[in-house]
Amino acid sequence: MEPRRDPRGALVRPYAVTRGRTEPSRDIALEAVLSANATQATEARFAGHDKYRIATVCEGRAQSLAEIAAYTRMPLGVTRVLVADMVAEGLLTLHTAAPATGYEERMNLLGRVLSGLREL
Amino acid sequence: MDFANYDPAGARRSREIISAKIVVAGGFGVGKTTLVGAISEITPLTTEALMTAAGVGIDDSSKVPGKETTTVAMDFGRITMAQDLILYLFGTPGQTRFWFMWDEIIRGAVGAAVLVDTRRITDAFAPLDYFENRKLPYVVALNRFDDAPQYELEEVREALAISRDVPLVMCDARHRDSVKQVLVTVVEHAMLRLQNEHGRGYAPVG
Repeated sequence: MEPRRDPRGALVRPYAVTRGRTEPSRDIALEAVLSANATQATEARFAGHDKYRIATVCEGRAQSLAEIAAYTRMPLGVTRVLVADMVAEGLLTLHTAAPATGYEERMNLLGRVLSGLREL
Repeated sequence: MDFANYDPAGARRSREIISAKIVVAGGFGVGKTTLVGAISEITPLTTEALMTAAGVGIDDSSKVPGKETTTVAMDFGRITMAQDLILYLFGTPGQTRFWFMWDEIIRGAVGAAVLVDTRRITDAFAPLDYFENRKLPYVVALNRFDDAPQYELEEVREALAISRDVPLVMCDARHRDSVKQVLVTVVEHAMLRLQNEHGRGYAPVG
C-alpha cells in the first residue's frame, strides 16, 4: 500500500529478472499450488538465483503463487512470470486450483471444504 | 518422475493438490486481516502487485504528479485441510481505487464474505455494489466492534438494501470460532446457489 520512493525504479527493477517480460507463459491463479521435489530443487540451482529461491520455498511444502511471492518478496506479476517458466522447464509441479467445471466436481470440492472448516 | 512410485514419500508429494479460496472483502480497516489471522495456520502474508498503466486511470494520479506506478498489497492466509486440499483466504485491498485487483482476486473463488463495520456502515455500499454485479456467491458479516452501536441484523439488512437471499451474520473477526462460522456460511451458501443453478439448468435427476 505504501508508495515506492522511486516509481520508475519499482517498475523497471523487478521485471529485469524476467528480462522485461510481464506476461507469463501460462496463466497461474493466485491460489494455484506449486511444489518442487528434491530433484527439481537440485536442478533449480542452475536456473539462476530467483528461480532457485522459488524452488527452495516450494521444496517439501506445496505453496501457492501468492505465498511464493510473499516469501520471496517479489511482486506478484514478476513471480507469476518466473513460476510459469519454471513449470514449463519442469522445475516446479503445478497443481490445480479449484476446478470450476462440472457440477458434481464442484459440489464435491465445496463439500470437502465445508467439512474441513467444521473440523477446525 | 518415472521412478516416483518407488519412493512413497516422493509419490505422496507429487500427488495432485487442490486449492480453493474464499475472499474476504470490505472497506479499509474493517478487520479483514484480523479475520484472516484469526483462523489462518500461518501469520497472514502480504503479497504486492505493481499497479501498472491499467490502474492509472482509476487511481487519481493527478494528485501525485509524476507518479506512474504504485504497489497494491493484499493479505492472505492458509488453512491446510488435508494432504491434498488447501483453503486460502484472500483479503481484498481496502481502498476502492484498487478495485481493478478485485477481479483477479475473486476469479475461481468459492465465495466471499463482505465484512461490515457498523460504525461506518456507508463504507459497505461500494463493496456490496461490487458483489451484487458479480456472479460470485457472497455473505455479509457484521464485524462486532466493542464500541460500535448494536443493530439488529434486519435493521442492517434494510439500511444496506441487502437482498433476502444473501445471508447476513454477526461475527467477531478476532475469534476463531466466529470466523469459522462466517466461512461455513459462505461455503453453505455457495453450495445452495450451485444446487439452485444446477436445478434450473438441467432436468432434475431421479
